Formats: sequence, C-alpha cells, structure tokens
Amino acid sequence: MTAAAIAPPRRRMRLPATWRRPLALVGAAVIVIWVLISVLAPVLPLQDPLHQSSAVLTPPSAGHLLGTDELGRDVLSRTLWGAQVSLPLAVVLVLASLVIGSVLGAVAGYIGGIVDEVIMRIADLVFAFPTIILAMVVAAALGPSLTNAVIALTFVNWPNYARVMRALVLGARGQEYVIAGRLLGSGPFTSLRRDVLPNVASPMLVLATLDFGNQILLLSGLSFLGLGAVPPTPEWGSMVGAGVQQFSSWWLATFPGLAIFSVVVGFNFLGDALRDALDPRTAGAVQGTTV
Amino acid sequence: MTARLEIDEATVTYRQPGRRSLTAVDHVSLSLEAGEVLGLVGESGCGKSTLARAVCGLEPLASGTIRFDGEPVGKLGLRPRESRQRRIQMVFQNPYASLNPRRRIGAQIEDARAVAGRDAAPVERLLEQVGLEPAVARRYPYEFSGGQRQRIAIARAMAAAPEVLIGDEPIASLDASLQARIASLMRDVALEQGASLLFISHDLSVVRVIADRIAVMQAGRIVEEGPTDRVWSDPRHPYTRRLLAAIPIADGLGRLPAEA
Amino acid sequence: MSGLRIEDLRLTIGRSEVLKGISLDAPGGVITGLAGESGSGKTMTGLAVIGLQPAGSRVSGTIAFDDGDAGVPNLLDLSPRAMNRLRGRRIAMVFQDPTASLQPMLSIGTQLTDHVRHHLHLDKRAAAARAIELLERVRVPDPENAVRRYPHQFSGGQLQRIAIAIAIACDPAVLIADEPTTALDVTVQAGILRLLRELTDDLGLAVLLVTHDLGVMSAVADTVAVMRFGEVVEHGSRYQVIREPRTEYAKELIAALPHTPAPGAGVDDEEAR
Repeated sequence: MTAAAIAPPRRRMRLPATWRRPLALVGAAVIVIWVLISVLAPVLPLQDPLHQSSAVLTPPSAGHLLGTDELGRDVLSRTLWGAQVSLPLAVVLVLASLVIGSVLGAVAGYIGGIVDEVIMRIADLVFAFPTIILAMVVAAALGPSLTNAVIALTFVNWPNYARVMRALVLGARGQEYVIAGRLLGSGPFTSLRRDVLPNVASPMLVLATLDFGNQILLLSGLSFLGLGAVPPTPEWGSMVGAGVQQFSSWWLATFPGLAIFSVVVGFNFLGDALRDALDPRTAGAVQGTTV
Repeated sequence: MTARLEIDEATVTYRQPGRRSLTAVDHVSLSLEAGEVLGLVGESGCGKSTLARAVCGLEPLASGTIRFDGEPVGKLGLRPRESRQRRIQMVFQNPYASLNPRRRIGAQIEDARAVAGRDAAPVERLLEQVGLEPAVARRYPYEFSGGQRQRIAIARAMAAAPEVLIGDEPIASLDASLQARIASLMRDVALEQGASLLFISHDLSVVRVIADRIAVMQAGRIVEEGPTDRVWSDPRHPYTRRLLAAIPIADGLGRLPAEA
Repeated sequence: MSGLRIEDLRLTIGRSEVLKGISLDAPGGVITGLAGESGSGKTMTGLAVIGLQPAGSRVSGTIAFDDGDAGVPNLLDLSPRAMNRLRGRRIAMVFQDPTASLQPMLSIGTQLTDHVRHHLHLDKRAAAARAIELLERVRVPDPENAVRRYPHQFSGGQLQRIAIAIAIACDPAVLIADEPTTALDVTVQAGILRLLRELTDDLGLAVLLVTHDLGVMSAVADTVAVMRFGEVVEHGSRYQVIREPRTEYAKELIAALPHTPAPGAGVDDEEAR
C-alpha cells in the first residue's frame, strides 16, 4: 500500500510502454472492435436480428454465415447486435458497483468506528452467499428484465469494491501527507478528495477493468437462466441458453459463446496490462522513492 | 509573559489488546516561549513523537492539558481543525511520505497559505527562504531528493504562518551531511517569522546546535531540562550522561563511545 | 596476511556506471570504513565483494581474496558454486535492519546451529554448544535460554548482536557490515561498535564497514575511504581523513557535521560510564 501511495503522478509518456505489450494490444484491439461493432451495428450490412424466416436451424452457409436459429433468425446478425446489448449494460454495471462500492468503502475506511462496522458487516452478509445464487434470488424477486439483472448484479458486486477501497483508504489515511492536510484544516471531504482518493485511484481502476469480463459472464449467466434478457432481445447469454437446448445445432451456442469469451479475455488482458503500468513496482524505474 | 505553548502534566496512554495499557507520555510538563527553540531528545520509544502528535491534537490526552496561547488543544476528530490551532504546524520524519505525490508543490503550498490568510507570504518567497527556486512550484514531489523534499515540507509548514512549528525527527532520514544544515534551516525560518520551534530528535549532537533549551525524555518522562549549554556541559541526570557519552565524536581519534 | 585487495572494481547496471574503478585494501585485523552519501556506491561495493550485486549488473576488475592458503583467487572469476561456498563461511555480512535479516518463525538457536552445521559438519550437540558459545561471544545475556527464543522477543540491539553471531559462526575471514548501527539508538550503538572492534582484533577479521556516520567511522574504523559518485575520492588513516582531509569533498563532508566538542565537557568518560 505504501508503495502505491507514494507512486509518482502518472504521465502520458508512460502509457506507450503499456501498448508495447503484445497481450495488452490484443486486449485493446478486441475491445475496440466490439465497441465499434456495437456502435455501428445499425449501419452494418446485416439482416434484421429479429427477422424470422422459414429457414430454421440452417447450418452456416453463404446466405447465413453463422447459420440461423430455431426461429430462422440470422445468428451472425444477432451475435453482433448482441454487443449493443451486453457491452453498455456491463459498463453501467461495473460503474455502478465501482461508485457505490468506492464511496461506501472510502467512508468506512476513513471514518472507521461504528460506521465502518455497519458497512462492512453488510458487505460480509452479501459475501456470505454465492454470487450467482444471490443474484438469482434478487433478480427473481425483481422480475426478469435486463435492468433488474443489472440491479441484482450491482447489489452483489459492490462489496468487492468496498472491501478493496476500505483497505486502500485505511493505508493512505495514516500517510504523513494526509495528516499534514488535516493539520492545515481539511475536513473529511476535502481530505478524501484531495489527498486520499487520487492516491488510491489506480488500483481501483485496474480492479474495475478486470471486473468487466466477470460481469459480462454473470449477466450472460442470468440471461441464460432466464432472469435477464427477455426474448427476442439478442443477448449473448440468452442466445447461449437457447442454443444449448438445440444440441445438434452447434452454431447456436458456439458463436455467442465465442463473443463472450473474446470480450472477457480482452478485458482481462487490458486489466493486467493496466495493473502493470500503474504499479510503480512493475512500471520500471520510479525516481526518488528509494531512501 | 505566558508561554505560547504550555504542556501541563500531559499523559497519553495506549490500550493494548490483551495486555496492560501502555503509558507513552507520562505526566509531561513543558513550556515553549515565543521565539524559542526547544529540543526534545530521547531514544526510540521514549514517547517524544507521541508528545508531538498530542500537541497537534492527533493523540487524545488521558490526563493533563496542552494549551496553545491559553486555549486548550482538543483532539482532532473528523471535523476540520479549529482555525486558531492551525497555527501549530508540523514537519514530519519521512520526506518521502509527507508530500502528496499527485499534486504539484505549488498547490500544496497554496493549501497552507490559505490558513495564513492575509499573513500569507508569496510562494516564491517561501521557496526562496528554504533555498529552492520558484520554478519548483510547478513540479511534483517525485522529482526531488529527500533533502529537497524536506525543504519543501518546511516551506509548506511555514506557509501557514505557524506560531509553533514542530519538527518530528525531521532529519532522521536524511544523509548525514544534510542533517545539521536542514536543522539550522528550520531554526532560521521559524525564528525569522517569530515562530517557536519544538525540535524532536534522537540526535543530541544536532539538537545542541540549534536549540536554546533541551529536554531529555526517557520512558515517557522528562528526566532533565535546561539551557542547551548547561545540559551539554553539565548533564545532571544519569540518563542524559549516558546519552551524551554514547555519542561517537568525529574527532579521528578512534575513541569508542561509552557503552550503556 | 589475509584480507581483501580490490583493484579497479567497476559495476554497471544498465547504462549507469555505479562503481567507476574502486581500488581499496582491506587487510585482516583492520576495520576499513567506506563513507559517503546515499548513492555514492558504498553499499554496492560491499555487495560486490560478497557477490550479491543486483541481477543484470556487470562487474569487472579484481577482488583478490587472500584466505591465508596458497591461492589468492579473484572473487569475480569464481563460479557461482565456488562463491556460494565462500559466502557465509569465509565472507559474511551484517545488514542495517536486524529484524529483516532474521527469520521470524525460527528460534535463534535453530538459525545459529543450522548455519553452523551446514558449513562445518557438526553433529547436533556440538552445534548447540557452538550456538551458546557464539551468543556468549557477542554478549547476548542468558545464552542458554536465548537459543530457544524467537526474534520478536529480542530488542533491536540484541538482534543485531545475534545477526553478528550468525555472521561469525564459521570463523569468517571477511565481514561486511552495512550500516550495522544506523537503525539503533546511540546507547545501543555504542555497544555494537565495541563488539565490532573486539571481534576484529580477536578474530583478525577484515571488516568492511559501510556507514554514512563519520562519528561511527571515527570511533572504530582504522582507515577511511570516502566515496562519491562511484569513486573513492580519498583514502587514508582515520585521523588523516577526518582531521586533515585533503580533498574538497571530504572537507565539505566533515564541515557539514554539527561542530561538536566532546559532550559532557565537565564529565570525563569514566564517570559517565
């Protein structure tokens, strides 16, 4: 923690080193491609993902590159359109967990005492259940929809952020520069904003990036179980869910599955690279931190 | 004249889980006059840093009082520090942890100037006072060596126009060749602004150079206090004598210091 | 005579030359002081002698190690295996932070005897006896009980004594002491310095004492080498370097010290003791 707290300010010039790592480049490329696809889906020469035809369950062919599903819809189109559903939801989900978890964790760590106890015991309570089971219970209670799936997953996910944030703040709050700020009259809000948070932001950012893949998986998982996307929305998880029921038509589950896989791997590569780049111990020489 | 800082029978205790509570500062009484430099000397664990933290309100007193200009210093809780008490400032031991790594030097000094209000000296002047170029203000802490950072920390503390400046082992992590220089700098800038200086160190030979009075602390208590020359040449308490005898003198004579 | 002779020692890490041709004699029975500010290369010199320079650094020059027998090998030419045999046995090291150099989960006796048995092929009982003897040698009180205790049960000063006991367990010829008293209080430091002096005289150790503290230097070092930017700028007797420095840099270093007349002028050392 100390090492992270006394890391020098990041400079733009440090970033190119990140991009020189091949895996980081692959990760970034995959993510960029998917973002482009999700934005450009409407203008790409794709069939309507909701259009049903009589050509049901045709294997990949010239007409349907990735085949069609049980209602005769084009799998390629649905897989690519699926990015438009899954990616923004994952962003919302991760950001919501990050913000809620960070705020609660920072408050718990900085104020301590009874406030800390209450927040962290609630977090422990959430931790006590298997993530997907708890998310299922919450999603089922709220009713199946993508919005409710996101709410359910945020509910089970924020404690991860809160716990890390609390530990980081606990470490940073005893640093001499934080105390110096207090002696100059900073209240808790100013102290957190000015002295504590900027110095603990990078590990949180890395955590969020690595979490993206997870959340996309969980979101797909809920949809797969029928607790997320409602038909006919082209969501990857529900496509895989529907696909595995058509055992002989391997293309139904395979291609949305590969989409999930590539996004998860992309975010993980990117997260690892980001962690190395932001960690002073792995980012190479850090001037002036040796005594 | 009443003293600017009056420590009266101050006691700080720590509760230790499963063990007896530890009295880090044990009925300590000290006073600091305006424009005076008091050296507080003792070995590790004697409670000198705890006392410094208590003067800043960072440790609650179990008993006794600490008064600044007649007003009791309260425990610094979550609320912003009382504005009057912001005139007590501190320079910390570790120059690598005492500056916010993510903010420019200038911004950090500006924060402190806000405390001084109309009394605030310009940033360039503050930096010049500690022997640094004005351009330093635009740079980040990691660009500086330990000695330079300690100068910056002194400039920041002085920017708040303190009436009491505390140095909590401010030279302990510096190169030997810098220690006396930084200590003298602290004395000079403090006195120039009319502040009193409470200089805490384990190194009697450096304290001797800058302090008007010396207080020697052992196991939470002040065992001896007096004018620097007197304590140095005629130490009365056995512990002070031991401390003095143990200092290795750079005289090239190969004399082994006396063992405790 | 046993000891070390360093000639034109160069050490490069990446593109920066950390040591730029150090030449130094460190004979047995003598404490050779290496003084200098942080970054001067004094620590790196000590590490190079014991073969613990950072990975990826390039070393050249000569570190001739005279162990009293026929050959005087250049340590830099030895195979890693040969160097491993010397390290800890004939060339030992003591570090600044004794808490970090001892294993917290092992008893003091185990740390002492394991070391001894490994190198000297002693049986269990002989090793235990040796452990107690070593603790007596460095004046750790109550050695019979001390061997059963763990590092956290000792003060910093006692731990440094134990670390020294481990270092001398195999009767080394060379001891590298890197800031051995910097983390200690002055009253504790005084005891460690005495011990260091005594062991050097009794065991004929060649001691390389790395310290930034010229007071410490003056107390125990016989000769002092002042380093700066990877070079030895001045090397001479303790008295000459401290009292009559010849180079500008050494003069500056001495001048920067708090000007200190002997403390307790009214009290002589005997009385203060």
